[in-house]
Amino acid sequence: MNPAGQQREAAVEITVDGAAVTARSGELLIAACERNGVHIPRFCYHPRMSPVGMCRMCLVEVDSGRGFALQPSCMVTVVDQMKVSTNSEAAKKAQDGVLEFLLINHPLDCPVCDKGGECPLQDQTMAYGPGETRFVEEKRHFPKPIPISETVFLDRERCILCDRCTRFADEVAGDALIHFMGRGNHTEVNTFTDEPFVSYFSGNTVQICPVGALTAAPYRFKARPWDLSECLSTAWVDSVGSRVALQASRNRMLRVLGADADAVNWGWLSDKERFGFEALNSEERLSSPRLRHSAGDAGHRWGDIGWGEALNTVAAALKQAPPERVAVLGGARLTNESQYMWAKLAKGVIGTDNIDAQLGDGLDPAVVLGLQRATIDEACRPGGVVVLLGPDPKEELGVLYLRLRHAVVNDGVTLIEVTPSSTGLSHLARHCLRPAPGRTAQLVEALAAAVCHGASEGDPSGSVAESASESFSGPAAEEVREAARCLNEALADGAGVTVILGRASPAEASSVVEAAARSLAAKVSARFLPALRRGNVLGALESGLSPGLLPGRVGLAEAPEELSGLWPRLPAEPGLDAAGTLRAAAAGGIDVLLLVGADPLNDFVDRDLAYRGLKGAGSVVSVDLFVNDSAELAAAMVLPAAGPSECDGTFTNIEGRVSLMSRKVTPPGTARPDWMIAADLAERLEPGSASGLDSPEAVRAELASVSDVHKPLTEQALGENRLEGVLLASAEPSPMPTATLEASAASDTDTAAAPVAGRIPEGAYALVAARTMYDDGVMLRHCPSSRKLAEPARARVNPDDLAREGLSDGAAVRVVSDCGHVEATLAGDSGVPPGSLKLDWLSPGAPANTLIAAGSLVTAVRIQTR
Amino acid sequence: MSPAAAAAAVFTADNEARAAEIISWFPRPRSAMIPLLHLAQEQDGHLSDAAMRRVGELVGATTAEVRGTASFYEMFRFEPVGRYLVNVCTNISCLLWGGEELLEHACEVLGTEVGGTTSDGMFTVDEAECVAACTEAPCLQVNYRYRGRVSHADFDQLVKDLRAGRTDIPRHGVLSQVRQRADDQRRAGAPPPEQAREAPVWIRRPDEQPAN
Repeated sequence: MNPAGQQREAAVEITVDGAAVTARSGELLIAACERNGVHIPRFCYHPRMSPVGMCRMCLVEVDSGRGFALQPSCMVTVVDQMKVSTNSEAAKKAQDGVLEFLLINHPLDCPVCDKGGECPLQDQTMAYGPGETRFVEEKRHFPKPIPISETVFLDRERCILCDRCTRFADEVAGDALIHFMGRGNHTEVNTFTDEPFVSYFSGNTVQICPVGALTAAPYRFKARPWDLSECLSTAWVDSVGSRVALQASRNRMLRVLGADADAVNWGWLSDKERFGFEALNSEERLSSPRLRHSAGDAGHRWGDIGWGEALNTVAAALKQAPPERVAVLGGARLTNESQYMWAKLAKGVIGTDNIDAQLGDGLDPAVVLGLQRATIDEACRPGGVVVLLGPDPKEELGVLYLRLRHAVVNDGVTLIEVTPSSTGLSHLARHCLRPAPGRTAQLVEALAAAVCHGASEGDPSGSVAESASESFSGPAAEEVREAARCLNEALADGAGVTVILGRASPAEASSVVEAAARSLAAKVSARFLPALRRGNVLGALESGLSPGLLPGRVGLAEAPEELSGLWPRLPAEPGLDAAGTLRAAAAGGIDVLLLVGADPLNDFVDRDLAYRGLKGAGSVVSVDLFVNDSAELAAAMVLPAAGPSECDGTFTNIEGRVSLMSRKVTPPGTARPDWMIAADLAERLEPGSASGLDSPEAVRAELASVSDVHKPLTEQALGENRLEGVLLASAEPSPMPTATLEASAASDTDTAAAPVAGRIPEGAYALVAARTMYDDGVMLRHCPSSRKLAEPARARVNPDDLAREGLSDGAAVRVVSDCGHVEATLAGDSGVPPGSLKLDWLSPGAPANTLIAAGSLVTAVRIQTR
Repeated sequence: MSPAAAAAAVFTADNEARAAEIISWFPRPRSAMIPLLHLAQEQDGHLSDAAMRRVGELVGATTAEVRGTASFYEMFRFEPVGRYLVNVCTNISCLLWGGEELLEHACEVLGTEVGGTTSDGMFTVDEAECVAACTEAPCLQVNYRYRGRVSHADFDQLVKDLRAGRTDIPRHGVLSQVRQRADDQRRAGAPPPEQAREAPVWIRRPDEQPAN
């Protein structure tokens, strides 16, 4: 630890209101008092942002040796023997005076203000302020709320200029799109003309606003704070697992606020986590089981049926089908308990191993579960190095982006980016390596080799291994060498290297990323943070929702004894993954296909294969919140599931941190939690197999009894760590089976007629398909405030390529591959390297998976002008 | 026109080059924000949205930051102004010597309101706080060039001269550092004290010859 850190830890004695108090040297006075139970009023101070001393509300009398004087306690660090008086006459008078000034221009429209009842200004005026004002002149006026983005409204009359929102935008989110404008009495917060506050994190400003100046569309005029009841839960839209407070009134979800879990989200949320609950209130939620009725040429219509009939029908179909002709796709968005129940139903009761929670856009569970995992805190530890070998965190894992950004900007963490195109963190990265699609593994191999070489030389700045210069020449090799030097220095200092591992582009085969991960794990002593897609995906892998796996990271052959006692049977052979299942279904080899919260048509890497698989499967049953596109296409029956905030359970985030998800409202109609549906089916197929499993707690207990990994999940442990959750142990560091690149490349060319690595035909581009925060997914489609944020498809290519081909920015083009085409608008983007073309994964009307063939190493696309 | 080309067209080629030079004066590009805003205002008479956007690009700031910074300062204008910006001081000394009346007269003669621009686009009249020329009250500035002890007749004559182009007042002139050129002789670059043989350049009068 650096000297500054040691100093920060040193204790100093101060006196607060006559009582001796121990504080940490270097700590802000307001924080030291707060920790010791003395609350000092404040508006601008926020523990997660730098102090600015804007509001003057925290004035207290401080004596550091020269007598008492008023000082803002958010700007003063404690020193030994400091004496503080927070409630002296002078301090009280100052606070009273500050409040009178703050209220001079405040409209006092509390009766119609959303903040009324939970407003720091209101509360502190009552506690510390004057009873009445002496200001009789006209207050300043502004047009009442102006939208500063699609979701956030600003009422400048109420603003007290505390600088919290503007500081957040600048310091935390890095989107300084709101700023103080004007001076003195004319100061206001505003955006630039026609450039709204477009930030994935704008909702946080609403949460931290100490008055009602910032309000968010989903909650405006919906409720009064005293009518809300709340509970602690976990955000479900991405795999970071941010802790949230769910707030509901009259059995309707109304608001989600970030809870400050120090290890995870620091109180911040992405807007998708914050406003995603709107989908749960949608009128189009499934509220009862539905059966498809053919309506001749008009297509089909859905008819409601009862649960008993529905489950009997499904059970009968499952009974008839041989186990290997049954498959389950999805489950990554369920709670751990539901995932375990579905794993048990599929593997232990039906006896099929064809079950996959990842839809071809994830990573081999053997790789993910075998890696030594890092926590977010470990990744962000001061002085460390983070290697981003995965998706853009800003788009996919919003809060992880905030944490990483903070670590790089404030804590001297070095970022090395190994991504096919620029990300939201590129401008902060020390080195940006841009492997061409399909070549990621070679580049990482070269990097790892260079690291080894540098280390063995005992000279981090020494020459680089030959292998690097063999495959990469010129600037690329130089960049690799520099990155390797940076890694070596970190390793030599013992600072720690964390790899954020995931699929930057599902258009590049997973084997490429897996090979890259293996070489890093083998040659660089790094820890890994798996940046996988979909809420509880790590929980799904830990629960065995993957072919060949049982709960607790064990293979089919290594079933523990406890499990054999509880599961009637076990599949003999490892089954099919998502791609295999869909291929088998397309060939008529699947009789019953269960979609558990899965929409393969939009989410699977190969849309054509998904289509053929869904059409070719005997009968498709979808268990979901909505009738998604896949169900609309092919499902014979849809079963309504309870959503997050409608059922209890636990969630495993990317670190392996298990936290509680809570039921705040009842699900619509007769919708049931997924674990209950699985348990019902299991009972129908094998009476007694789900006996006693009548609550999430009971399911969790069974999971903990059959899985060593889940052993720590006792009710007591979860209760004691309600805020931060329980961290599951990661795999022991073990020598990874290092499959050679040749082998993995060969296995891929086996499975499909794929272009050889890096061989993109002349005149074609290598496709980069990257997920975005807002897309045309089924949940977002039902969020009124986020729906309009999904951007129309843009084909982004390097401006040099544009110029070379004589194409113009903004032209309407068709992007064509061997599999299909999408329509898009052409855009020059210097973040995309020459020779690549970047598409968003699921733009409305232009799904990128139309272009991809499952199993191909890279996807070659061409641009056709329309 | 592509967005990039549109952005580049905000500044003239000369000024684009000057902007690059100004940025090079500072250790961080952001420090050049205000000089570049002066440059833009010198060129256009006011700060257009496009100009602020371009300045943001050049110095690596968001547009909101640029506007937030610019709007702090009275002398940056966000609406087009006339060829001649007339600031009439109405602070205490000028007030006592007829500044208010002069402002009123100016508005009457030019046929516009305080803050307004004449229909021919020649004049913008504005009220100014103290311009630090109290001995010359009542005083005004035309494009920041001083005129002191201005009687109503003086003002009428001034307007006539300006309309006829008979003055040395430049168009959209600003008194900023963007055009200042200290010759090498007058640059701060003081020798160490033990080697100094004359008064430093910034104290020395221009007509004083350095001692040899």
